[in-house]
Amino acid sequence: MSTVVLLLVTGLGLGALYFLVASGLSLIYGLMGVLNFAHGSFLTIAAFLGWEVGRRVSDGTWWGLALSAMVGLAVGAIVAAATEYLLIRRLYERHIEQALVTVGLSLATVALFEGIWGTDPIYTQKPEWLAQTTEILGAKIPNDRFLLIACALVVLGGIVLFLRRTRYGLIIRAGVENRSMVMALGIDVRRSFTIVFAIGGAAAGLGGVLASVYYGYVSAHLGSVLLIFAFIVTVIGGLGSLTGAAIASVLVAVLQQFANFYLGGTGDLVVVVALAAVLLVRPRGLMGKVA
Amino acid sequence: MSEPILRVAGLFGRIGGQQVVEDVSFDVPATGVTALLGRNGVGKTSTIKSILGLIDRSGGMHLGGTRIDRMPTHRIVQLGVGYVPEDREVFGSLTVAENLRLAERDAAPRREFIQRLFPDIHDRRAQRAGTLSGGQQQMVSLARALVNENRLLLVDEPTKGLAPRIVDEVAEALAEAARTVPILLVEQNLHVIRRLAERVVVLSGGRVVFTGEASDLLDDEDRIQRFLGVHDATDPHDTAAGSTR
Ligand SMILES: Nc1ncnc2c1ncn2[C@@H]1O[C@H](COP(=O)(O)OP(=O)(O)OP(=O)(O)O)[C@@H](O)[C@H]1O
Ligand SMILES: [Mg+2]
Repeated sequence: MSTVVLLLVTGLGLGALYFLVASGLSLIYGLMGVLNFAHGSFLTIAAFLGWEVGRRVSDGTWWGLALSAMVGLAVGAIVAAATEYLLIRRLYERHIEQALVTVGLSLATVALFEGIWGTDPIYTQKPEWLAQTTEILGAKIPNDRFLLIACALVVLGGIVLFLRRTRYGLIIRAGVENRSMVMALGIDVRRSFTIVFAIGGAAAGLGGVLASVYYGYVSAHLGSVLLIFAFIVTVIGGLGSLTGAAIASVLVAVLQQFANFYLGGTGDLVVVVALAAVLLVRPRGLMGKVA
Repeated sequence: MSEPILRVAGLFGRIGGQQVVEDVSFDVPATGVTALLGRNGVGKTSTIKSILGLIDRSGGMHLGGTRIDRMPTHRIVQLGVGYVPEDREVFGSLTVAENLRLAERDAAPRREFIQRLFPDIHDRRAQRAGTLSGGQQQMVSLARALVNENRLLLVDEPTKGLAPRIVDEVAEALAEAARTVPILLVEQNLHVIRRLAERVVVLSGGRVVFTGEASDLLDDEDRIQRFLGVHDATDPHDTAAGSTR
């Protein structure tokens, strides 16, 4: 029982990380048709800069972590918005070129990060409580899992509120469904592209800081690994669906944890099999929009 | 006669590299309903989409003196163009109210007017547009265009696939709208064309083959047969292209 609880909560924590990356990917694809392979780089740069600021001001404290998180959010948002504005926008409606640019950007930035921070992981400090465990139903749960889950829930709630309550949210929801009709109502839909990139980048940036807490290090490859699973999550959840991304994040991460433990470390394989199965049965994903 | 609201001169339109509008030229007068007619697949929808820049196009186009052939879609619409697309294109995942709110461009949108014109829609404000009937969706689509004060309406087959009673309702709403705004109307239902249209433009093979007073076409059985490929229907709700649908 305690093992099941541990796997479940760890899966939820990992799912929270996946969601922070996948939410932006899904919204960006849903609205613009852009597969953003640079999303992992938004996460990595945010993690590095968040760590650099946090450790200088107050390493290993809550205050330092909060500062890291704020820097991560801001850096993710700014870098993502700049990417959209400077690169993606110029290739409007040219989806293959857009994808290629993001692939190029991701390769180049990883090399850049390696140049600055080296190729080895840099181990990070975290507040003491996060390194401790809490016992639930006999399972000793590392406390950082709770932080990840709480942050992901806040981000999910924030994005949902934004989409439901604001004019831009309305434009984005409509644009995901039928972008040319939004333009035909006299709305400059491109402005909302930058906003969606900024929101997705901010979530990924926070994800970067939290990933460095979860793994205990920052590295130039932090984003690349999470990006792969975030893409899988996005496809399983249905490209363009925020709810789908949330549900699929949890499903994928929990499945991965259980398979790793009970099926001899086959978590990644099982996730890919799940992806194939979903694509066969529901090609649009669990909650994908109907074309 | 006063200046036309829309001038189309030498318009070409392409979809995926394929030419679907070829050297189309016509004017839309500043008042009344101009019907854009032709058999299925001649390029009526593509002409409308070319005007709005929704498909790749070239040629000279002026809206009330402003050149619009290089403008992006949203700017053309902001000049005062209302668009009711073929197949309605309501946002199915949004509520009726959200569909309308999204469409409001004016500082003082005409909500009471819409409420009076489509009371049924008003009662369903909280319902998701995707769960409405086809006729109700058409009302939402029309309401999205009519909620603003426009200088021109582009309306593409508003009665397609609707029950006779709803066809009459739609025609009534368009007649009311036409009192204050010129309309370029694509329509297959001869009864509706007779009721609304003052002028007609007929396309064939992507080109204009006839323009003139509506009566010049509609009173001439031979022309109707030649341009639209149908005999005039005695049943007022027969569609002009019924045989090819
Ligand atoms: N997405 C598309 N891809 C390729 N060809 C298209 C596309 N849409 C339309 N066409 C072609 O363009 C031509 C004109 O189509 P269009 O829809 O403008 O005709 P229409 O006059 O509106 O027809 P209908 O009366 O059936 O509505 C047709 O030959 C059609 O096959
Ligand atoms: Mg058509």
